[in-house]
This record gives sequence, structure tokens and C-alpha cells, in this order.
Amino acid sequence: MTGAEPKVTKELALSHGLTAEEYDRIIRRLGREPRFTELGLFSALWSEHCAYKHSRVFLRGLPTQAPHVLQGPGENAGIVDLGDGLALTFKIESHNHPSFIEPFQGAATGVGGILRDIFTMGARPIAVLDSLRFADPRDAKARRLLEGVVSGISWYGNCFGVPNLGGEVGFAPEYAGNPLVNAMAVGLVPRDRIFRARAEGVGNPVFYVGAKTGRDGIHGATMASATFDEGAEERRPTVQVGDPFTEKLLLEACLEAMATGAVLGIQDMGAAGLACACSEMPARAGTGMEVDLDRVPQREQHMTPYEIMLSESQERMLLVGTRGREEEIRSVFAKWDLDAVEIGRVTADGILRARMHGDVVAEVPVKALADEAPVYEKPVARPDWQDALEAFDPLTLPPVPSERALLALLATPAIASKLWVYRQYDTQVGINSLVLPGSDAGVLRIKGTPKGVALTTDCNARQVYLDPRQGAAMAVAEAARNLAVSGARPLGLTDCLNFGSPERPEILWQFKEAVAGIAEACRALDVPVVGGNVSFYNETLGQAILPTPVIGMAGLLENVEARATQWFQQEGDRIALIGPDAVSLGGSEYLWALHHRAAGRLAPLDLGLERRVQEACRAAIEARLLRSAHDCAEGGLAVALAEACVSGPAALGAAVELPAADEREDLGLFGEGPSRVVVSLPAAASRAFEALVGEFAVPWRWIGRVEGQRLAVRRGERVALDVAVDRLDHEWRSGLARHLG
Amino acid sequence: MRFGVVVFPGTWSDCDFHYVISEVLRQPVSYIWHRESNLSSYDCVVLPGGFSYGDYLRAGAVAGRSPVVEALPEFVARGGLVLGSCNGFQILCEARLLPGALSRNESLQYRCQYVHLRTENADTPFTRAMRPAQVLKMPISHGEGKYYCDGATLRSLREKGQIVFRYCEEDGRLTKDANPNGSLENIAGIVNEEGTVLGLMPHPERAAEKAVGGMDGLLIFNSLLGSLVEDGTFLKR
Repeated sequence: MTGAEPKVTKELALSHGLTAEEYDRIIRRLGREPRFTELGLFSALWSEHCAYKHSRVFLRGLPTQAPHVLQGPGENAGIVDLGDGLALTFKIESHNHPSFIEPFQGAATGVGGILRDIFTMGARPIAVLDSLRFADPRDAKARRLLEGVVSGISWYGNCFGVPNLGGEVGFAPEYAGNPLVNAMAVGLVPRDRIFRARAEGVGNPVFYVGAKTGRDGIHGATMASATFDEGAEERRPTVQVGDPFTEKLLLEACLEAMATGAVLGIQDMGAAGLACACSEMPARAGTGMEVDLDRVPQREQHMTPYEIMLSESQERMLLVGTRGREEEIRSVFAKWDLDAVEIGRVTADGILRARMHGDVVAEVPVKALADEAPVYEKPVARPDWQDALEAFDPLTLPPVPSERALLALLATPAIASKLWVYRQYDTQVGINSLVLPGSDAGVLRIKGTPKGVALTTDCNARQVYLDPRQGAAMAVAEAARNLAVSGARPLGLTDCLNFGSPERPEILWQFKEAVAGIAEACRALDVPVVGGNVSFYNETLGQAILPTPVIGMAGLLENVEARATQWFQQEGDRIALIGPDAVSLGGSEYLWALHHRAAGRLAPLDLGLERRVQEACRAAIEARLLRSAHDCAEGGLAVALAEACVSGPAALGAAVELPAADEREDLGLFGEGPSRVVVSLPAAASRAFEALVGEFAVPWRWIGRVEGQRLAVRRGERVALDVAVDRLDHEWRSGLARHLG
Repeated sequence: MRFGVVVFPGTWSDCDFHYVISEVLRQPVSYIWHRESNLSSYDCVVLPGGFSYGDYLRAGAVAGRSPVVEALPEFVARGGLVLGSCNGFQILCEARLLPGALSRNESLQYRCQYVHLRTENADTPFTRAMRPAQVLKMPISHGEGKYYCDGATLRSLREKGQIVFRYCEEDGRLTKDANPNGSLENIAGIVNEEGTVLGLMPHPERAAEKAVGGMDGLLIFNSLLGSLVEDGTFLKR
């Protein structure tokens, strides 16, 4: 077949997504024209998706170190120490482009890919979360995408057998041509049994394990590195097809093979498939690799070396074993009815050498592929639209009557209950799930220890759009706050940075600012970044998405019995608001849902105060003073109170009194600002609570009691709101389903 | 009481059953690989939830013809007990150890949620610890749990007291709303004529600890333990 390969020219390189300069660079590095398969290798490994060409220079500013970080960015997933000899591994990744083209398989294989990243580290997956963005679901196309994505996630995760512990679903028109599907997976691994993606030991055998290779997904990484035009659907063949059953077998077989001690290193064949694994594994270890492509298990006939190297067929791994112990590896995979074929060996020369039918089809230094992609520092420019956004004063718009506004907000797809989504996900397999989706964070117990982990994903993209630096910092702060109100201390975060085309200076400015904001918040809150993913080119016909740096965060509860959920529990409990008064209608859900405006300035973020608020919440939960704690997010204080009333097992009312103020009613009720938490506690715990929050120097006040079946808010002498809880409950529960028709 | 938990390729509730039996019940338990056919060392065989063989044909269809399942009739004839939950129930129907079939949920969507179950027969080895008509709360997690059988079979199930659990409201009323998957007559679980093989869609192992999912599922395990008499045989109905 190799004889029929196209001749490599500059034009062919351009059609592979490489630039003319990059092509020249390849020729200089090789000292010759690349062969056709080699061009394919470079185009995949040097794609934005694999090489972070446009983002690397900015990502350097993120803090990645902490004493408990066992593995930072650069591996399949990050790892943090949990104590007791256990470690937690987690990562988030995007599957946006495939999910737009084919939502069911795109989303399913997104879950499959991130799960493999977790179990290649030697960990058993214990949870997945997903962060999704669509256009308004009343739009038929957005609805079709949402339904397809949710059923794809449901199908893959449920069949595989991992609980879905939460995530978010957001909506904005900017996602019409580019929905976002970000999947996060979390795994548990004994600290002394962590595996890494390294090809160690010259002469050791290289095994191909898992499903057979087909022609699906060729150039998936390249597709994810370009914007869409009208012909996007024609790229359907570049979307992979998932098989969660094979993935489950692969999980069990990999963990069993690792337990034999005969496995030295392992890497998922995800984006750019064999090409990526065969170059990154030796590059990390300072070795080379020889592979014989005739031996790669194939499910289609007459595949070319180019196709075999670039296929993104799912549920496959590349594994390096100990020479002499091949049989132990083979027998484990045979037990699970999976292929485990020795396709090559580790070499000393630093070269990836691939042969087919006896001919050398690729002979490239692994470092050239894995480490030497160009790094760009492209121009950034503050968009000219920022001034107008910031200049807009929401208070120039007429206020909407409070009751009508609250009912409307509770029914918006952004705020309404996401039960329609998560009732399709298995949330309990593994019997560790203590807090299911529907509170601020999901909580799992760690069997055999008193500990637990709390998990969340967060990003308010409208806030990032209005102020990328502060908005991204607020996403980090919110994620950490969601852990804190559950009782957990953040251990680390993984970010999925979804943006438009980095070749546009305005978009790259958003990116640069957002990354700087994440770094600031991470430093202030002591949360290291242990991994992540950049997804650029989320643009269709020149329309970029809202900048959406999704933050996935994991936290530790030393004693999982001491935890909190967001809903009121007990009639008669006192309600307090911890945090500052400063709020803004700029960028608020109120402004969007009721005035259809996304503009204005955000309330200020004081990261020092944010940290103290979180510490106060955590301390109060650890002291078992609180019965509930809920972050004030979209919809402000009124929505936080309403959610605390209706989101628990039994709806409860609240009588709330806020100090009299001259500000507009809608600002106080629906204005949004960071660092604010609504808590409830038994009256008997009041003294202890007052003493405890006093130690943290945070503003706070009593605001009312849990009582009756109405949510009533007074402002001084005025009644600002008085609604029956069952009406709130109805709007909140039925809102999303109503939008879906 | 010696439990065996069957593992098919694609099973995922195996570890959960194993954990509950060993850590909560403190009973001896081991895994049974699907290729095994010697069940002589077990008193109770559990067929757990999951997607055996991916359920790519019909749910449970391939597992229903596996060596371990083909050994079950003899195991049952010797007096052994079989508990099939979720995919295990589907497998028992496919293997004709229980009548009827489980098809796609009426919603055409997967459902993971808590349901209430009314105990319709408290006189089986699996329900002896419950009161007649006692309402239990347990989770379900399935895409194909809509029970169906023909009219003659249904009459026979009713007459012989083989319908063990029905989906109900919290107060025990049988309503359409309480039925999460469109099952015939709200059927959630049935036994064979002898009462020694139980299939149910809910997950008792997910409701066997106070901290996780409540304690109602534990009643099924406690019934089993209470049914074992000293000579190693079981109290029949």
C-alpha cells in the first residue's frame, strides 16, 4: 500500500492544517522531506489540540505545585494525596467539536476518553461529572443536541459503571454553533501503585491492548483545531464510535495486569491515537520506540500505515511491559477477551520507527513530535466591545416586580432543576455517593477511611465574557466555595479552557486574561492546577462562544460525617448570610432572563475575603454547627433562598428580614456577587456559631428563620417578596422540561 | 451463609454486593466467574446489576446462556437460592428461570432514582423479614426494566403469589406515577413458583447502610439469613 501514498508537498502539508513555516521547520528538523505517514504524525502531534501551541506560553503562569500534589500537568491526569496511602486522580477534557457533529457518540466518547485517562494512572474511576453548554433549548437544534449529548453520556457512563456526581448545564445563544461537552473523571489509586505514561527500559515489549483499529476518528485532533464552516456535518466520519462494554473490560484487564507487576508504563490512545502514544511515551522516558504496524489488530481491510497511526478508534491502550513477563500480561487480557499484541519494543535511539510490510514508513525523533511543536505568542488585543459592555448600567432598566422575577428565574433553564438530565445517569453505583447531584457539590465516601471527597465543576461564562480576568477568578472561587459549603478543603483543580479562535487577538486576549484570573485565584485560595485541557476554535462562521474556562475541582473531607447540603432541613432553624453585601445586576441571570442583556460590571471580588468566608463555612461544618449551606450564585440571594427551600427532600419556607436600604429591590434580591453563602443552623447552635464566624473576620448577619410554607422577605418595614413555596417548587422543578417542550 | 456473586464481562454491581455481604452482613462471600459451572459451595447465588456482554443484543440475553447460568437450574433444584437484581433479573428472565421479559422503559430513557416498593408477598425466603404490604424505599438504575408477560402467565403469577414487589407511592398506593418504567401492574420483582429465585429491578445493595441509600434493602438480605436453617437448607414457603 505504501507505494500508492500521495507525494508530500507544501500544499498537502497546508491541507493537513500545518502552516508553511511549520512545514519548513519539519524539513529542517528531519533534514529531508517527510514521508506521507510522517506528515500525518506531525500534523496530529503539532495540532493545537495536542501541542497547545497558542496556549502554552500563557499556561506557564498557573501554579501547579503543592506538597500534596503527586502529579501535576503533563501526564494523563493529575494526582493529589488523600493520606491513608490513597491518592485521587482527576482530569477534565472537552469533546466539543465531535459532539456538535454527532452529539450522542461525540459525548459518549468524551466520557470514554477521560475515563481512560484516569485508569491508565492505575486508578479505579469513582465518579464522572460533566459541564455542558447549549443554545436556548427552545430552539429545536439546541434541544436535539442537548438530548443527544445527555443520552450519550448516560449510555457510556451507565454501561461502564461509574456514578455521575454532578456538573452543570448552561445556556446562551453563543453556543448555537458550538455546544460544549466537557467531561471530568475522578479515580482512586493506592499511592504506591500509580502508573505513568512512560516507555522505560530498552528492549522492553510494547503491547497494543483493547479494541481493534478502524478508520474512525482519523484526524480528530486536527478537526478539533479548526473552526467550523457550513459543511461541519460532512466531518461526521472523523467522530469516533464508542463501546462502553469494551471500555469496562479494558478497565478491569488493565487494573488486573498492573497488579501483576509486569506493566511498566501505559498510555491511552486518545487524540491522535497510536501516533501520540508511540511518541509521547518514549519522549517522557528519554527512549525511542520501534513498532511493526502489520501486527496492530485491525477491523478494516487494507488500512495504510497513515491510517493505522492516526486512527482514533476508541478503547485502546499502549502498554510497556517487562521483558520476560509477556505471558502474564497476555493471559490477563485473554481472560477479558481482549487483544494484547506485542507490536514493538523500546529502543535507545530516541526515534519512533514504524514499519509496515518490512518497509520503514516513519522514522522521526520522538522529541520532535512530542516536545518540539512551535510555541506561539500571538498578538492579543482588548476587544473594542469591552468598553460598551462595562459602560452599561443595568439600573437604567425598569425593575421587574419581585415575585414575577423570582418565579421566572427559577424556571429559566440555567437555574431550574436539572433532574431531567441527571435522572438519566447512574449516580450511585459503587455505593459511595453520599451527596447526589442537586446540591452545590457531589460527595463520595472513601471506604475504609473516615474521609470523603467533594467534587464540582463551575463556570459562569457570562461573567467571564464581561470581565475575563475577574470572571475566571470568580469561577475558581465559586468552585472552591461549592466545596467549602459541602465541608471540603480544595485539593486541586483541573481546567477545561473553552474559547474561540486564538488566531483572533480579541479571543486570545480573553484567554490570556482568563488564565491570569485563574492563576490569581489559585494562589489566593491555595489550589494548585494539576491538569487540564484547552479547547480553542469553538467558532462557527465567525461567531465565537462565550469564553468558558470550566473549573473542575476536588476537595477532601477529613471526616465525611461532617458535611452539609444546600437545602433547609428543619423548621425553626435560624438562617444567616455570610459574606459581603456588594452585588451587581451586571452580568446577572436576572438581567439576562428578564431583560435579555448580558452587560454591566461585576461585583468586586476580594480573594482574601473569599478565602476567609470559605474557611468560616468549612469550620462551622466541621464543628457540626450547620444544617445547610448554599452558595449564592445565579439569581442572587432570592434564588439561593428559594433553592434552599425547595431542593431538599421536603420543601420548607423561610421568613427573611434584610436591613432597610435605599437600593432598588431587584438589586438586593437578584444582584450577584462572590463570597456569599446562606447557612441554616439550630437556634441552640447560635452562640457557638457567632463565636466561630467572629474568628474569621468576615461580614455576616442573621437574616431569618426556616418556617412555614412561604418564602417571605422583608426589607425593613417593606415586604419585598412573599410567595408560597409550592409555586417556587413548581417553577423550579418543571422549568427545564418546559423549555424542552 | 455462603454467598457467591456472579461476574460477567460488563457486570458492575458485583463489588457492591460483595461489600454489603462481607462488610455489612459479615457473611462469607466470593466472586463466581461467568465461565464457572460448579456452584456446590454456595447457599445463595447473586446475579448483580450491570451490562453483561454490553447488553448489545437484548439485556441479559447472552449472559442467560453462559455456563454459570446454565448451572443454575440444578443449583435451584438442590435447594439453593438465587437473587437477581437489575441485569440479574433480566438474565433470569432470559434464562427462563423466571417468566416474562423486561423491555425498554416506557420513557425510552435510562432512569436512576429512588422508588417505593410494596411488599406483595412477605412469605418468601427473600421477604420474610418484612410485614405484608410493607413499603420499602430503594434505588433503581436501568434502561430496560418494563416488566411484561402474557395474560395467562400474569394470572398464574397472581394466583401463586409470585409477585413479590410492586412500585407504589410512599403510602403504598399503586399508581401510574409511581411506576418508573411502565411495568405491567407495577411489577418490580417476582419469584419462581417455589419462591427460591427472586428477580427484581431495584438495587437492595444500594440501600443496605444508613449513610448510603437507607436500610430498606438490608431487609432482603436479613430475610435470607433468617431463612437458613441449621442443616444448610432453607425454609420454604
